[in-house]
Amino acid sequence: MSTENGDRKVEELDRVTIRFAGDSGDGMQLVGLQFTNTAAVFGNDVATVPDIPAEIRAPAGSIPGVSAFQVSFSSYDIHTPGDAPDVLVAMNPAALKAHLSDLPKGGMIVANSDEFTEVNLKKADYDSNPLKDDSLTGYRLVQVPITSMNARALADSRLNTKQIDRSKNLFALGVMFWLYERSLEPTQRSIKQRFAKNPQVAEANITTLKAGYHFGETAELFPVLYSVPKAHLPPGKYRNITGNEAAALGFLTASKLADKPLLYGSYPITPASDILHELAKHKNFGVKTFQAEDEIAAIGAIIGAAFGGSLGLTATSGPGLALKSEALGLAVMVELPIVVAVIQRSGPSTGMPTKSEQADLLQAVFGRNGESPVAIVAPATPSECFNLAIEAFRIAIKHMIPTIFLSDGHLGTASEPWRIPSLDDLPKIAVEYATDPDTFQPYTRNDKTLARPWAIPGTPGLEHRIGGLEKSDVSGNVSYDAENHWKMTQYRAEKVERIADDIPHVEVIGDPQGQLLVLGWGSTYGAILSAVTRARAAGLSVSCAQLRHLNPLPSDLGDVISRFDRILMPELNLGQLRMIIRSRFMVDAEGLNKVSGRPFLIQEIEDKILSMVKSEVRV
Amino acid sequence: MSQATTDGQIKLARKDFVSDQEVRWCPGCGDYSILTQTQKLMPELGVPRENIVFISGIGCSSRLPYYMNTYGFHSIHGRAPTIATGLKITRPELQVWVITGDGDGLSIGGNHLLHVMRRNVDLVIVLFNNRIYGLTKGQYSPTSEIGKRTKSSPAGSIDYPINPLSIALGAEASFVARSIDIDVRHLMSTLERAARHKGTSFVEVYQNCNVFNDGAFMEFADKSVRPDRTITLEHGKPLIFGKDNDKGIRLNGTRPEVVDLGNGVSESDLLIHDETDPDPIVAHILARMQWPEFPVPLGVVRAVDRPTYDDLLNDQVQDAIKSSGEGDLTAILNSGDTWEVE
Repeated sequence: MSTENGDRKVEELDRVTIRFAGDSGDGMQLVGLQFTNTAAVFGNDVATVPDIPAEIRAPAGSIPGVSAFQVSFSSYDIHTPGDAPDVLVAMNPAALKAHLSDLPKGGMIVANSDEFTEVNLKKADYDSNPLKDDSLTGYRLVQVPITSMNARALADSRLNTKQIDRSKNLFALGVMFWLYERSLEPTQRSIKQRFAKNPQVAEANITTLKAGYHFGETAELFPVLYSVPKAHLPPGKYRNITGNEAAALGFLTASKLADKPLLYGSYPITPASDILHELAKHKNFGVKTFQAEDEIAAIGAIIGAAFGGSLGLTATSGPGLALKSEALGLAVMVELPIVVAVIQRSGPSTGMPTKSEQADLLQAVFGRNGESPVAIVAPATPSECFNLAIEAFRIAIKHMIPTIFLSDGHLGTASEPWRIPSLDDLPKIAVEYATDPDTFQPYTRNDKTLARPWAIPGTPGLEHRIGGLEKSDVSGNVSYDAENHWKMTQYRAEKVERIADDIPHVEVIGDPQGQLLVLGWGSTYGAILSAVTRARAAGLSVSCAQLRHLNPLPSDLGDVISRFDRILMPELNLGQLRMIIRSRFMVDAEGLNKVSGRPFLIQEIEDKILSMVKSEVRV
Repeated sequence: MSQATTDGQIKLARKDFVSDQEVRWCPGCGDYSILTQTQKLMPELGVPRENIVFISGIGCSSRLPYYMNTYGFHSIHGRAPTIATGLKITRPELQVWVITGDGDGLSIGGNHLLHVMRRNVDLVIVLFNNRIYGLTKGQYSPTSEIGKRTKSSPAGSIDYPINPLSIALGAEASFVARSIDIDVRHLMSTLERAARHKGTSFVEVYQNCNVFNDGAFMEFADKSVRPDRTITLEHGKPLIFGKDNDKGIRLNGTRPEVVDLGNGVSESDLLIHDETDPDPIVAHILARMQWPEFPVPLGVVRAVDRPTYDDLLNDQVQDAIKSSGEGDLTAILNSGDTWEVE
């Protein structure tokens, strides 16, 4: 559909994906977030993913120093930030070089032509200027002298040269707002808030934002403008949220629902540190945050807090989980409720800290000495991190068991609109401390859950000792008895298995039976769901299911699997959940595996689905 | 025996702090003495039994919590300070003890010991120093002397030993003391001082391992030579020692020296012990005095007031509530840019 805006054509699209790329000092994350909020507030569905270099400040203008932010906004419900961008905003030659390969032919490049100088071209390893040679043939190249136009717009401001240059990202944002017919209002509001104490900077930022917008209009940069109508999301109040923010709020909410204080102990690690920053802001909720000397101290402290009756939470990534293993085993032995949030990143060892994968599943399930089972939940979308953070504590407390909240860098840093829940709709988490000295023994068990009593220091008459040595059933005394060890090992395993009675059944999207079930977990959900939706639209007999509980698995999973001819398991690892599913259900599940630090493209999963079912009879 | 005190409370006795567990240290181990003094001390502190927690790591010393009829946590190797920190900052009303040894506290758990002391978490840390690994049956430890022949150092240890008091002072511990298992009165009074100090109290106890390192401290701690080879530090008093109180410690610049009293040397020439000195330099000098060059110092080396981590953390929470009000979860969930979808 096209309409006219003045004398220019406006084309309506159902989805657009923009990637902002520039030097890490260029403020690309900020403009990306501003664009996202503007689109979200307008009513689009949005999905974003940042691409941040590992180096804090790599040399300016170099390829390792490129920082990017991709936002996809649409008029329909979307589940991923888009396979490939439609538009690449390149603030310098390095940004163009680093991201051009992801831009399909026909895509638009908005390049800051001022920065394509000989020096900058050399830093990005260009032999000749791509804006002037023929190398960008096939793309729609729009050259904008962003640096100089921004400087001109702010010539009368009282900012110094450096401050002026730092505002150029907002000029670029203004241009993009013009191209997609967006209001400047939300960004202006946010600038005013951000620089409330520095009105000069606020004013300058708004000036250049408007200048960019008007430059788009007057310079006739774009023959066609684009509009993306509102999406039809379920009614309610929304905000945009990343997975890590949602998790932090979920943990805060769990503390409220349990009416018990939260101790968050952690050692800073990418990409989990956001959770520490978020929780550290909310001390007035009684939340205590403890930045420990190392990963071990972080989990040690929360075990101590749990012993004392608080909710103990730590967050880390793969390397940190490795360091915490022994203490996590202690929590298994003493059967105290703690939650370990693991925001996975690319490994092994230090790997690629700012890139993501799902390769710590087996570490989470098995990575401790001895038979040492824990409960594991895994959110599938950024906003779901909120619910599963609460779920992790619900399970930990009710079943007196350490629980791992297994997220990843994609989920943690990506954002999407979140329908804000009402607290009244969230069930309370019941906490019961033991108090009766006449009946108390440290290792008696709840008939249903096998949980042991939570007996906290300060309770008269319940003085008792716990620890890492094997404990005698009921009395909790140290025991080396062979039969007792067998019995306690069984209890610890059975305790996890019984959680299956307390979690939802598998939700199958599509038909409950058929030729192919695409079974996934975690952040692959968006790509799987999109690919399956497309395949189903093409008439293929494909369904999908995303597991949110990985230990124990839902009790009906075996039945669900048995209703399909074939099982496909896309994972961002070499097949870790597949190994478990194959051994547990004796099913010949097939894998689609990717370990590149990047999420699945919808296309990759769709191609695999087509290869598995296309030759067969369509339903 | 329990008895009623003047305010009507039942005063507990040592036996109320003895658990029903059989003590399993080797007969003759110095740990027995430390356990007994600790149990005897408990009723004197006036802390309800249910509010006392003993947390330990791994090693012979770390079995102690099983024998105390209080709350206890026998955790993993070297990590007791972390668990104690988490408990104390969330339950500041509890009295939390950390029981550790030279291997547990200074080797595998050295990092945690350093940080808990610099933070000044309000804990009592008792480090049993027997200069050997006992539970693993006789390897050298971080406090074993150079040249020590053990199962793991048949040609003699080449690991330079560390001094626990120097470590504690270097980590800015606010209370640093040393005692010895065989001087039960001194041990009891040192533990009591430690328990009553607010902030991290670090007590090194020389403890004899009669199986793997018997007599490690006898050269200076044996009753017959102790007055001449150790010096008991007392706040505000000159550093005098010797069977006949005829020797003292004088500072010559930054170097301590042993002097005989008389012949022109009087008490006024001696170093006066000031455990409250905010500058730890003299404490460092004392901590480094070793037999045979010097008498071995016993007692409280340092006791200064410094805000505790648990108080500061809890104050920040209270301040946040005062300045921003009790957290409103609905408001936080609804913060930032929001929009309505009809």
